[in-house]
Amino acid sequence: MTTVLILAVLILVAIAVWQMTKIFELSQLKTENSQVADDSDNKVQGYLLFAFLIFIYAITIFSFWKYGKLLLPEAASEHGSEYDSLMVVSMAIIFFVQTITQALLHYFGYKYRGEKGKKALFYADNDRLEFIWTIIPVIVLAGLILWGLYTWTNIMDVNEEDDPLIVELYGQQFNWTVRYGGEDNVLGQANVRMIDINNANVLGLDESDTYAADDIIVKEMHLPVGRKVNFKIRSQDVLHSAYMPHFRAQMNAVPGMVTEFSYMPITTTEEMRQNPDVIDKVKRTNEIRAERAANGEDNSDPWEFDYILLCNKICGTSHYNMQIKIIVETQKEYDAWIAEQKTFADTVSPSEETEAQPAFNTADAASAGL
Amino acid sequence: MSVTAHAHIDEHAHDDHAHDHHKQTFITKYIFSQDHKMIAKQYLITGLIMGFVGIAMSLLFRMQLAWPGESNVIFESLLGKWAPDGVMSADVYLALVTIHGTIMVFFVLTAGLSGTFSNLLIPLQIGARDMASGFLNMISYWLFFLSSVVMISSLFVEAGPAAAGWTVYPPLSALPMAQPGSGLGMTLWLVSMAIFIASSLMGSLNYIVTVINLRTKGMSMTRLPLTIWAFFVTAIIGVVSFPVLLSAALLLIMDRSFGTSFFLSDIFIQGEVLHYQGGSPVLYEHLFWFLGHPEVYIVILPAMGIVSEVLAVSARKPIFGYRAMVASILAIAFLSTIVWGLHMFISGMNPFLGSVFTFTTLLIAIPSAVKAFNWITTLWKGNLQLNPAMLFSIGFVSTFITGGLTGIILGDSTLDINVHDTYFVVAHFHLVMGISALYGLFAGVYHWFPKMFEGKMLNKNLGYVHFWVTAVCAYGVFFPMHFVGMAGVPRRYYQNTAFPMFDDLTDVQVLMTVFALIAGLVQLVFVYNFIHSMFFGKVGAKNPWNATTLEWTAEQKHIHGNWEGDIPEVHRWAYDYSKVDEDGEYIIPGQDFVPQTLPLQKDEEELQH
Repeated sequence: MTTVLILAVLILVAIAVWQMTKIFELSQLKTENSQVADDSDNKVQGYLLFAFLIFIYAITIFSFWKYGKLLLPEAASEHGSEYDSLMVVSMAIIFFVQTITQALLHYFGYKYRGEKGKKALFYADNDRLEFIWTIIPVIVLAGLILWGLYTWTNIMDVNEEDDPLIVELYGQQFNWTVRYGGEDNVLGQANVRMIDINNANVLGLDESDTYAADDIIVKEMHLPVGRKVNFKIRSQDVLHSAYMPHFRAQMNAVPGMVTEFSYMPITTTEEMRQNPDVIDKVKRTNEIRAERAANGEDNSDPWEFDYILLCNKICGTSHYNMQIKIIVETQKEYDAWIAEQKTFADTVSPSEETEAQPAFNTADAASAGL
Repeated sequence: MSVTAHAHIDEHAHDDHAHDHHKQTFITKYIFSQDHKMIAKQYLITGLIMGFVGIAMSLLFRMQLAWPGESNVIFESLLGKWAPDGVMSADVYLALVTIHGTIMVFFVLTAGLSGTFSNLLIPLQIGARDMASGFLNMISYWLFFLSSVVMISSLFVEAGPAAAGWTVYPPLSALPMAQPGSGLGMTLWLVSMAIFIASSLMGSLNYIVTVINLRTKGMSMTRLPLTIWAFFVTAIIGVVSFPVLLSAALLLIMDRSFGTSFFLSDIFIQGEVLHYQGGSPVLYEHLFWFLGHPEVYIVILPAMGIVSEVLAVSARKPIFGYRAMVASILAIAFLSTIVWGLHMFISGMNPFLGSVFTFTTLLIAIPSAVKAFNWITTLWKGNLQLNPAMLFSIGFVSTFITGGLTGIILGDSTLDINVHDTYFVVAHFHLVMGISALYGLFAGVYHWFPKMFEGKMLNKNLGYVHFWVTAVCAYGVFFPMHFVGMAGVPRRYYQNTAFPMFDDLTDVQVLMTVFALIAGLVQLVFVYNFIHSMFFGKVGAKNPWNATTLEWTAEQKHIHGNWEGDIPEVHRWAYDYSKVDEDGEYIIPGQDFVPQTLPLQKDEEELQH
């Protein structure tokens, strides 16, 4: 595939070079050696402008035909469909305007190419025309703004209605950790100053906080389908960004503050795997990976679709591989999974907890005092 | 002060031509020159050299993206220990994208574009002997040169240059243990930027004062060519916003070196808790983008001015809607200072603020749309002289529209959620401000080369080759890139191999890289044309493009003070192209343009200007 593409590009370049030499020859015919465009230059360049218009259309159509299928599958979250329709409408407007303005621009470039003795029209102003192309963008943009803001307000309204599942997303160089509130669905207090790696308290939970005892800390995110999830996002070192493209969700993780995002997953991982677009994508991908395997290259195991959370804010050397798998499943499957996980109280050994207690208090006081 | 300086230059100019050769040494003429024309050339050449470095870097990391992890003899020879066995390391990848961004935005498109053409054209087009302060102008250039040297020298630091992205968000940029590039490399980056800001401020103040005070007789503000309007307003935005970046840089320096906590709080890194408490990285983002967003207009407005001028001259028509063009420059300038939050929709700031910024951001599309329509109408029923400068101007309008339209997606806080920091953003801003501004720069160089090099002209055929290959490749690189972004690929990823879901995008990456390599190579045609024409170019007519503006009435040979005799007086606006009287005859028989210096003829209307 790659070689075909490279070949195509090389052929295009060859054509371009051939065209260029042609232009050269045409202009060399003139004995006069001025560096100002003459009629034959204007003619050639005018035609090329028209050709360029066709090129712009061609690359647009080619990209849609060839790369259209690479886009993300339909949204797997409740607000995602609203996001997608706003996107489609905006894109339709953009392509409409793009098609017309590029056509006018390049067609005028071709049509009105200079000729000796031709008179241009002295046309300096037209208030009505300018009013029209001020007011049309105003109306269209007003519509988009209103629709966008309505959607935005809905998406960003993180509230406690409908008994949302509370999930903490914790970023650090270069991995993510997930914390569930446990039985009580309340996250225990936490601060980086309470991190105690030796005691398996990697997220800095306040061990004296009763809400923290039943918290569950895991390295894989499971979400029940059809229940709203409120994410509390933290970072312990630098900026990260929790990007969940399939859910049309993203929020930065900022050290020193807790950021929030909320959505309701509506498609389980299993269901998404049956989506025709996804089946296609998996097939395509596995063909590529099979080819790699045949060549004895790495990274060639067959792939099965999974939702993924990526880091999308530059965070250092391994930024490109800071990810965590998201599994959306039925409530029953989720309940079964969560029941198997150890709680925070189970993982922290009680004997060491008492020893470490004074240190935590000092740190706590220090952070409160500042 | 300005009056005395003016008088002095005046006096100077009269006897200058006689003693020219005795008074100027090599050093005062070519190095520590206070002549705006020479300073313009210094800016241009420094900018082009920095551009060469910046573009070369982009080719390196494009190769890594297309052929991830593959050994390459170019990497081995250029990157040395940062490419063990010829495989580019992840750290140097981040360093390359960071320095590429910094160099292109600040050193090429701010200093190289605005610095060059503001210096060259402001005095020449408003009819002044020189800038208000030649000395300040000289200092401005040399500070720019110094900051360039510091930035380049950071490439040779042991741990590597800054690598936190061109926005250098803390804490990544503030903590040396967070990544290798945040050590000495980052310090040098900050020092370089601080010097750059000082240079930019001196330049901008000089441009503002010159435009306000030194216009020649009859040159009212409404008779200014649009280039000058653009440079003038750009300088104002620079003065308003650059100091804020300086404060951000200073606070970051304090956090890095003096233990303050402006931007840092609650950090646990490499096994220990740091003492920082109470700061916020979001504060840095506000300060940075308070400059950062106006900065993109600092980059694009001069290009818009140049393009407006070249389009009118080459179409042999007045620019359509002069007043609307000026009004939209002013509107863009004003709005540009209140849209910075669009970069921070998902930074954790209050979503209500996001709503406000969505509103202001989409507003800025209106003056931009007006400009685009006015440019297109300027072509309508013209007599287009398709010189390379004109092609670059048409190319500018094309990429500005293509790139600008996707701004509607990114400026909408809702839609931004899923494309934020993906390749969609990279495609958008490269088309709308990177490629477009470069086209503006090239249009300016092709058009005003004779003014810079005493009448010598660039070879037009090489110019045509340069334009067409660049134009095709620019779309070839950045159009498919939108799809990569909409597939969810984040920017600043060293390679995408960690995600099987991006496997089927490798083809696109290869295609984009091939186009980028060709585009990079064809710039050498321009370099050759530039250097060759500088020394051996044919001297053309004094006013080769038949333009109305004052710079073409100045002496072709460079003299200090620009005009041998008196400064010309202006009697009309700059766009009397193809103007006809009641009988349909040109105002000057047989000539389709009327220089600004010609008084209004009998019965001639001046329109509303």
